[in-house]
Amino acid sequence: MINPTIMRNALLLLLLISLINVNSLFAVAGGSEEGGQIDTKEEINEYIQHHLQDSHDFTFWTNGKTGTHIGFPLPVILWSDGLHVFSSSEFDHGHEVAESKDKYFALYHSKVYETNAEGEIKLDDEGHTVNAKPLDFSITKNVVGMLLTSLLMFIGFRSLAKGYGKTAIPKGVGRILEPLVVYVRDEIARPNIGPKYEKFIPYLLTVFFYIWILNLLGLTPLGFNVTGNIAVTVGLALITFFLTQFSGNKEYWKHIFWMPGVPIPMKIILMPIEVLGMFTKPFALLIRLFANITAGHVVVMSLIALIITMRSQFGIVASSSISFGLAFFITLIELLVAFLQAYIFTMLSALFIGMAVEEHH
Amino acid sequence: MYNLIGAGLIVIGAGIGLGQIGGKAMEGIARQPEASGKIQTAMIIIGALLEGLAFGALILAG
Repeated sequence: MINPTIMRNALLLLLLISLINVNSLFAVAGGSEEGGQIDTKEEINEYIQHHLQDSHDFTFWTNGKTGTHIGFPLPVILWSDGLHVFSSSEFDHGHEVAESKDKYFALYHSKVYETNAEGEIKLDDEGHTVNAKPLDFSITKNVVGMLLTSLLMFIGFRSLAKGYGKTAIPKGVGRILEPLVVYVRDEIARPNIGPKYEKFIPYLLTVFFYIWILNLLGLTPLGFNVTGNIAVTVGLALITFFLTQFSGNKEYWKHIFWMPGVPIPMKIILMPIEVLGMFTKPFALLIRLFANITAGHVVVMSLIALIITMRSQFGIVASSSISFGLAFFITLIELLVAFLQAYIFTMLSALFIGMAVEEHH
Repeated sequence: MYNLIGAGLIVIGAGIGLGQIGGKAMEGIARQPEASGKIQTAMIIIGALLEGLAFGALILAG
């Protein structure tokens, strides 16, 4: 017999997911960057490309008829012969040139460039910009997503840790977190790292929950695409890389530079391969996360865009139903992928650390 | 044009590889159901390694 509470919770979850789908549907149907109605394949493509990039303002959706953006601006912090701080509303979504301390800045494909007072962007023959780029330390949409995740994790784990002072059984959100913490410790860290696993638990737990929550944020209609940004995954992989190299013992370095148990010509051949392997492991880690999340976002948005592309053949009702069904199905798979990618990143990090700290046998 | 053919070849190769991994894992589980947990973990790791390779090649192709 099925527990009625579980049934109720599952129903609520399904409702929530369908709500998310409907919301992102409106977000796409809302309009392009310029505020007009999206009609052609090029405009859909451009919209998806725009979503995959980081942005300097937080736009929930755009009213297609009036062209007004609903959202809020974020602070822009630039360094170019001095600090420039202003609100991104001065860019007006890329339509205006912002002036700060006698310098002019303009947005071109969501990136900030130094320009003249007219906001002219010069391109060379190959279509690359020749304008100077200031150092950009802005609180962009991705940074907001990362800060939000850090805050959520801090609140959740703080309450979990505090609860252990009173009773052994956690309350509230801790009831969801505790099994996951134990899972990461017993199923990921201990079998892969070995007896010295305790030192690495904080990093593995942090990276697991960080990636998982960011992946889930990417499925909400807020429109985050943080783990689908290659700069973020490079940062995460770099931490794993340095952690592995710095915790490596004598055996680890010996296996890289002078492989024991093989003849000398083989040792010389193996050395460059092993050195290359040091870098390809974290490289595969960063590419996997980036490509999986980006591909997921593109697929979901393309399926939602079917409403527009199939409208002329099937009519609005049929195209909407087909698109809703497919997008709903893919979103459910994406929920699984969100967890799986966090699991694999943590798992492989643990595996690499385990290789570095393994004792001689 | 050529990079599209390359992308197709990558997907074919990755598909064959994933099929091999999944099929062999299933055979292993059928033979020894009590080891299914360990087989699943190993399967996911190998799958992830293959996927990393395929995605790396796809990004270079595209």
